Amino acid sequence: MMENLVYVALFAPFVSSLFASLFGMSERKMFVGYVASVLLAITFLASATLAYHIYFENIENPGYAIHVTMMDWISAGDLSIPFGFVIDQISVTMMVVVSFVSTIVHIYAIGYMDHDKSFNRFFSYLSAFVFSMMVLVMSDNFVGLFIGWEGVGVCSWLLVGFWYHKPDQKREDNPSISPSWAANEAFIMNRIADLGMLVGIFIIYWNTGSLQYDEVFAQIPYLSDTILTTAAIALFIGAMGKSAQFPLHTWLTDAMEGPTPVSALIHAATMVTAGVFLVIRVNPLFAETSEVSFFIASLGTFVAFYAASMALVERDLKRIIAYSTLSQLGYMFAAAGLGAYWIALFHLAAHAFFKALLFLGGGNVMHAMHDELDLFKMGDLRKKMRGTWIYMTIASVALAGLPPLAGFWSKDAIIETAFNEHTYILWVMLVITAGMTAFYSFRQVFLSFHGEDRHTALGFHPHEMYKFVLVAMAPLAVLAIITGWFMGSYKAFIYQIGEGVQYEMSEHTHHLATYLGLIVIFFAVSGIALAYFKYARTGEKAWKRDEEQEQGFFYKLLKNQYYIPKLYEEFITKPYAMASEVFWTKVDLKIVDATVDNIAKFFYTTGDKTRSMQTGNLSNYLNWMAVGGVLLLLIAAISAMIG
Amino acid sequence: MIGLSHYLIVSAIIFSIGLVGVLRRRNLLMLFFATEVMLNAVNIAFAAISHYYNDLTGQMFAFFIIAIAASEVAVGLGILIVLYKKHGSLDLDDLASMRG
Repeated sequence: MMENLVYVALFAPFVSSLFASLFGMSERKMFVGYVASVLLAITFLASATLAYHIYFENIENPGYAIHVTMMDWISAGDLSIPFGFVIDQISVTMMVVVSFVSTIVHIYAIGYMDHDKSFNRFFSYLSAFVFSMMVLVMSDNFVGLFIGWEGVGVCSWLLVGFWYHKPDQKREDNPSISPSWAANEAFIMNRIADLGMLVGIFIIYWNTGSLQYDEVFAQIPYLSDTILTTAAIALFIGAMGKSAQFPLHTWLTDAMEGPTPVSALIHAATMVTAGVFLVIRVNPLFAETSEVSFFIASLGTFVAFYAASMALVERDLKRIIAYSTLSQLGYMFAAAGLGAYWIALFHLAAHAFFKALLFLGGGNVMHAMHDELDLFKMGDLRKKMRGTWIYMTIASVALAGLPPLAGFWSKDAIIETAFNEHTYILWVMLVITAGMTAFYSFRQVFLSFHGEDRHTALGFHPHEMYKFVLVAMAPLAVLAIITGWFMGSYKAFIYQIGEGVQYEMSEHTHHLATYLGLIVIFFAVSGIALAYFKYARTGEKAWKRDEEQEQGFFYKLLKNQYYIPKLYEEFITKPYAMASEVFWTKVDLKIVDATVDNIAKFFYTTGDKTRSMQTGNLSNYLNWMAVGGVLLLLIAAISAMIG
Repeated sequence: MIGLSHYLIVSAIIFSIGLVGVLRRRNLLMLFFATEVMLNAVNIAFAAISHYYNDLTGQMFAFFIIAIAASEVAVGLGILIVLYKKHGSLDLDDLASMRG
């Protein structure tokens, strides 16, 4: 019974993708969207039922998890990899989050993509993505995880480059250049990281002889520190790519070139959290390698701060949200690196809800403003887009981390963890970042929905999104508000899995928890207040663009993303292109191709030259025969003399 | 005393004469004669070596060659007659119809 549910949850998106691809090349067909959404809803229901089942079964029977082996997959010599799945507290959390957000995004996309001529193709890709993500989170071995990992990468490439026909622009005009450029960047950067991951998987197989999670984890105590550390580093490199951690982070903001539902589903709620999921999934390994874990926490904190700083000056609505995603991923890694795996997972889930809501709200604005994303051209949209305004405010409050919304509980727990682990530098940075988060998320809300009306003068006549889309977003809004209230229940749920993911604050931290929370709230509120005074007022005190400030050093540094994309272009892309050019013209054309060509040419010319022998005159032939006979005699004589 | 080498030298000389005939002659009939000369040069060599080693196999081969040469000439002459009837000439330079 439960086994069937597992298959339903896994294959419903696959069926949806195949169904939509039947109509991939034809006109927009509304029923494709409906069928896909219904199938995704089925996945969600199956996942939720599984979560429910896992919870209650564990009360009577601790350590219970569903193991399903669909078939033998790869078996060669000693290597045996079954196509198997494990449903435990960690994977079921991911399944519920992924299927829930993707169901809503599918429904949303029916409205958002309704003018697009590739409507059916879009649903095919989107469902294929969900299927890959399901394989990734459900697999009970590293190879299945890797297949899902690559699958989501491919779907991300297809979806970022969905509007592949848009031409390339200069970096100064559009930092992402073009959808197809951004898609390639994302894919290539992930390939680099995936190599690390693959090496990690090889190291694990080499030393344990297995790729099943259970068997690998059972062998961890017998492995040397060096092996564990190398494996952990290699796996984390993979996670860095997928979760866009520094220095492999530039692709995520550029991926905003894709359609907004894609940004909401893939580049905020699900795929980019795969790296965090990997660290949580393989927590027995990371728990043993404290240096690597501490590095993860430090890098996460750094990225949280770094991404938030770039969001402070960004004008593009979607890119701001993308930076905030980066920043929140940093928070998750900070928690996971400090050993608070369940808090990281909880923040992952809460973040998925409010970030998807934020993106979909951003999509509404983009739809209303005819794809204009520049905040400086908006202002005072709340009168025309009341529903979207409410959703965006809820999501931003959740992101900023004000109680009682979702973001507060999970983010506060992460910040508390940093305090609890006595890593005070990380703690200070995370607290400051929380203030910055509040500032930039409300800067974006105030610039678009409040203040002076700047868009009418520019000829924009925004209109609210379809009703059914707004209704479909409501569950996300509800979850963005209430998720945090269930932190205690979630803790009880995830604690069932065993000691690995359990994490408790010390007595000392417990006493200070209220004050720590208040500090975070203070920073968040001051961030919002600052944003309010700067951007939300109207009339005399209305915000005006400060051209002088925009020429300042720090502003330009942040605006150009610390010149890192530029740096990559100058020191990696360009030299690489130059080297490729040299290898092409000098090595490939002059040596490889030339060798092959000359062999062919040799036979052509010999044939051409010797053709004159064939005169048709028997006498000539006989003469040639004699020459051949003499030659053979000579060779025989010479070899006889030598031999 | 006439020894093996004398016979072989004669054989080689006759063979060379035949070879030159094959290479230089333009008339097909003459070519036939030249080939016969070469075959008989080989026969001389066979017979001489056979005698030298006291082994009759060489002479037996010579007989076979004579027999086969005779039948070959019979067939070859027949073909030559047909060719002559068709082209009115046996000159090889006139018969070059298989140019590549």
